[in-house]
Amino acid sequence: MLELLYWPALQIVTWGFLQNYISQNAGFFARAGGTLIGAVILWDILFRGQLGFSISFLEEMWARNLGNLMMSPLKPIEFLISLMAMSLIRLAIGVIPMTLLAMIFFGFNLYGIGFPLIAFFCNLIFTSWSVGIFVSGLVLRYGLGAESIVWTLMFGMMPLACIYYPVTVLPDWLQVVAWSLPPTYVFEGMRSLLMEHVFRADLMVDALAINVVPITISFAIFLMLLRSARQHGSLIQTGE
Amino acid sequence: MTSVDTTISLPATPDRREAPAIDVAHLVKFYKKTRAVDDISFSIARGSITGLLGGNGAGKTTTIAMIMGLVLPSSGRIEVLGHPMPDESTEVLGRMNFESPYVDMPARLTVRQNLTIFGRLYSVGNLPARIERLAADLDLGEFLDRANGKLSAGQKTRVALAKALINQPELLLLDEPTASLDPDTADWIRQHLATYRKENGATILLASHNMLEVERLCDRVIIMKRGRIEDDDSPEAIMARYNRTTLEEVFLDVTRGRVQEAAS
Repeated sequence: MLELLYWPALQIVTWGFLQNYISQNAGFFARAGGTLIGAVILWDILFRGQLGFSISFLEEMWARNLGNLMMSPLKPIEFLISLMAMSLIRLAIGVIPMTLLAMIFFGFNLYGIGFPLIAFFCNLIFTSWSVGIFVSGLVLRYGLGAESIVWTLMFGMMPLACIYYPVTVLPDWLQVVAWSLPPTYVFEGMRSLLMEHVFRADLMVDALAINVVPITISFAIFLMLLRSARQHGSLIQTGE
Repeated sequence: MTSVDTTISLPATPDRREAPAIDVAHLVKFYKKTRAVDDISFSIARGSITGLLGGNGAGKTTTIAMIMGLVLPSSGRIEVLGHPMPDESTEVLGRMNFESPYVDMPARLTVRQNLTIFGRLYSVGNLPARIERLAADLDLGEFLDRANGKLSAGQKTRVALAKALINQPELLLLDEPTASLDPDTADWIRQHLATYRKENGATILLASHNMLEVERLCDRVIIMKRGRIEDDDSPEAIMARYNRTTLEEVFLDVTRGRVQEAAS
């Protein structure tokens, strides 16, 4: 039931804000300069980075291999780093063709952004790993019954990270929340670059600084949930 | 079915520490309000094969999982190869290994790929040669390059045993190592375990429902019931004490509550 409500609610909120923004800016489409396509691609980096991490983790659960790994000399931090590497591989497979299609069909060259793209990418991937580590910890502790959170949690960030519209569209009180999320800085930075041709390095540094908090907290939570899984015997009950 | 040679051959260079392979004291495990393991204590000498016998829900798997560090005890102390678990698990995890029907390996990877991954995790030197040796010992050659998901139950068990032996562990924990195998394959696995122990001086702790397996393979038997240790001795001594000719009869006496009557 929750999922039935979740998607329509998120969609209407996200695109509703976009509608507000368009109505407030008559010359929007003339100045947009590929921001929508850029936003879609950057959102995909954020979302698929987390999915790549989480699916690699889930595959170990589905294969009932987690007990083997946890019983081996592999340390939790090494396990998480390997999942990060897998997320990069999966991301490359999914997103590179997408950027090529954008280039061929819409004339949008993401790589033409140059150095700022590296800053955007790093900040987005750090956030995606934070979410990935957190949801993997939940699945580790609560089993595959908690799997749906892998697919849904990131979408909760969608309206607040201001992917398709600037932060100023949000009500004042919600802007505070939006600025607490690192992806917001990336999407604002992208719009600044594409529409005003200004690279906001300050936004990227702020995002990086904020990213330290979720990645640290998610790692601590993962270790806590791993310990809890060991207390509850979840590691010998994993699998399909 | 052939009998198994259980002669102990100690390693050429024995460990300087005299600590037992496993030392468990007052181990208790609660799952919510259920007491799965209830104040058990035992020590297992290095180079021995010990069988953990018990019916469903006796606490065998939980006990083995606690020794491996996959489950944390509610209270009590566990030392493995002289190191407290799980606090010093990093000191011993590379020196032990396990096989269990509750775990598997990625189905899409071939047997060789799976063994290579675990060999690297355990930092096994000259890994290709080690895999070839295991393939020869456990007769895996025919399906070494086949996907794990396409193997029969017997083949999977042999692969799981190969994974458990990849690092030549000093301590091997086995949970139902011959479950769902035909008698010939099961006997073959038992032979291999006995040979491995003899050649490497390894310690083996195995949980099993198979009384004949325990009787033939183990130097010692720990019988568990409802989380407690009901008896602990050599198979011969236990059978003599209960005035029975097989461990299966002893097991039935214990599980059906005929302990006092049989022992008297």
